[in-house]
Amino acid sequence: MTFSISGGLIIAIGGQMAALAIGLIGAKAMEAIGRNPEAFGRILPAMLVGMAFAEAIAIYSLIFAFLK
Amino acid sequence: MLIMVSFAAEPIIRFGFFTITNSFLDVLLVDTAIIGIIWGFNKKASLIPGAFQNFIEMIVETFYNLTESVAGGERTPAIFSLSLSFFIFILFANWSGLIPGLNSVGFYRNHELVPFLRAGTSDLNVTLALALVSAIATHIYSLKTIGIKSYLGRYFSLNPINLYVGLLELVSEVTKVISLSFRLFGNIFAGEIVLATISTIFAFVFPLPFLLLEIVVGFIQALVFAMLTLAFMAILSAPHQMQAKEVNHA
Repeated sequence: MTFSISGGLIIAIGGQMAALAIGLIGAKAMEAIGRNPEAFGRILPAMLVGMAFAEAIAIYSLIFAFLK
Repeated sequence: MLIMVSFAAEPIIRFGFFTITNSFLDVLLVDTAIIGIIWGFNKKASLIPGAFQNFIEMIVETFYNLTESVAGGERTPAIFSLSLSFFIFILFANWSGLIPGLNSVGFYRNHELVPFLRAGTSDLNVTLALALVSAIATHIYSLKTIGIKSYLGRYFSLNPINLYVGLLELVSEVTKVISLSFRLFGNIFAGEIVLATISTIFAFVFPLPFLLLEIVVGFIQALVFAMLTLAFMAILSAPHQMQAKEVNHA
């Protein structure tokens, strides 16, 4: 049986910063909603788009993890 | 653990040099669906809108207002039509992969299941083609609106600092295409693998939250692609003086 950790390493290292970025975006959005609850409808789409960009980096490494 | 989704789209039939893959069939299906909906809509459209017409008009109007807030002025109709087309096509292609049975009905070749259909955007060829169309259309539109002198002035200059910035702009044009295509492909392809893996763990009820997540991801990625096309077109078709003016106003 072959044993490989490269796939796990790729997604583990590549996912860290993206996870941090998504956490920061979410935290800031929560903060903004807490300060200004009426703006919820305008903050949410911007937050989701920002998260999609941050997530893209993790997705790249996910592809490589599957490909390796 | 066995992962059943292959990276490349699986070929179904070969006609000489032309290979028909399952993602190609899915793209045809999506095109037919979109053209059918538009045809039916145009036949039924009336001055007093029904529920369906109201819904479509709402989507188009929301998108038009969004485009106008980013691009503004007489550039709006051209940019709007392209980015909304991208949005609708990518949205349908993303969601087509979530139709039950689409990825699981097929035939066996070498003891492996080859599905007849597979979400169009989970094939890198499709997303790369979309990104190339977006980039080339952006450049043609930029040439048409600001003229060849201003267009080339963005990349080449006698001033060494501007020349360096122009070089970076040239590189960013290439990375733009790569990031656009890989973002869309990666999200949809990874979603398919996640769904396949989850379904092997437990096939009933358990995949439902993930299906919901994939619906949201499909929508957001379609929106991101359309928004980026919109933003690139708006930036590249704005003359330098206008940008300076906008900055001064702000």
